[in-house]
Amino acid sequence: MKKWILILIANVMAFSAVAQQGTGEAIEMADALRASGKIYVVVIVVTVILTGLILYLIRLDRKVGRLEKEFSERIKS
Amino acid sequence: MAKLTFDFKQNWWKLIAVVLVYYTVIGGFLIKVPRIAIVQESVRNQFFHVSMWFSMMILLTTSLVFSIRYLAKSKTRFDVLAEEFAYMGIILGILGLATGSIWARFTWGAWWVNDAKLNGAAICMLIYLAYVILRNSIEDEIQRARIAAVYNIFAWSTLLPLLYILPRLTDSLHPGSGGNPGFNIYDLDNNLRLVFYPSIIGWTLLGVWIIQLRVRVKELKSKLEDIS
Repeated sequence: MKKWILILIANVMAFSAVAQQGTGEAIEMADALRASGKIYVVVIVVTVILTGLILYLIRLDRKVGRLEKEFSERIKS
Repeated sequence: MAKLTFDFKQNWWKLIAVVLVYYTVIGGFLIKVPRIAIVQESVRNQFFHVSMWFSMMILLTTSLVFSIRYLAKSKTRFDVLAEEFAYMGIILGILGLATGSIWARFTWGAWWVNDAKLNGAAICMLIYLAYVILRNSIEDEIQRARIAAVYNIFAWSTLLPLLYILPRLTDSLHPGSGGNPGFNIYDLDNNLRLVFYPSIIGWTLLGVWIIQLRVRVKELKSKLEDIS
């Protein structure tokens, strides 16, 4: 499964590397943010929040799993 | 009481959910997107706002299927699944409304505009909120399950005209409406698709994970009631 994640990340990088040139129209995008690299700060912050939420979800999942196990053991005894 | 089981016992799909949501968030911010006037960088909302609605549609349709199966088989498990899928779908729908409102403020200039698509979506949410109220107002379990299942079929049937047919019959600011069948120019951008389609699967599976947890807790509760 680690391979999967790596492949997906590599995909994102590859496709963002295939530079889709701006057509020269003056449409304002977050170019400055990207040029200074600060967009990555936002990405990291969002990733941290997402990680927190997912860890919480995993904990809940385990808790319910333990309860289920405890219940079925008590039924047997 | 009938035994409740949730078929999604394995965990592998949860990993897929996590990977796809990370992919959405990281890729969604970093890929090159088409330059469109007014919309600008906010086109990236496609991976979040639009995905909410697509995922909602998948979850609500699943809920409909379980409701129909309940009416055919009268198994409590189907009622529980229909309920939880509907609840999660409603949550995604409310998130879709909220994020759409924010997006509208910064592209159309108002939090809410009297648009067929927006009003239709709001009405849909109200119809589904009535499903929640209906469920909670009936004491008898079998009666509740049956009435809720029938109402769910009605509620789902209103989704199609309100979200997809009526907005296309009138002028609409919203993309995909006002005569435009489905996607328009920037939706067709391949870079957007690269993140957009996985994001739908990711958010949907994350929703299913939460649904599964709630179903398992309910299952435990009903088992406890059975032995006491």
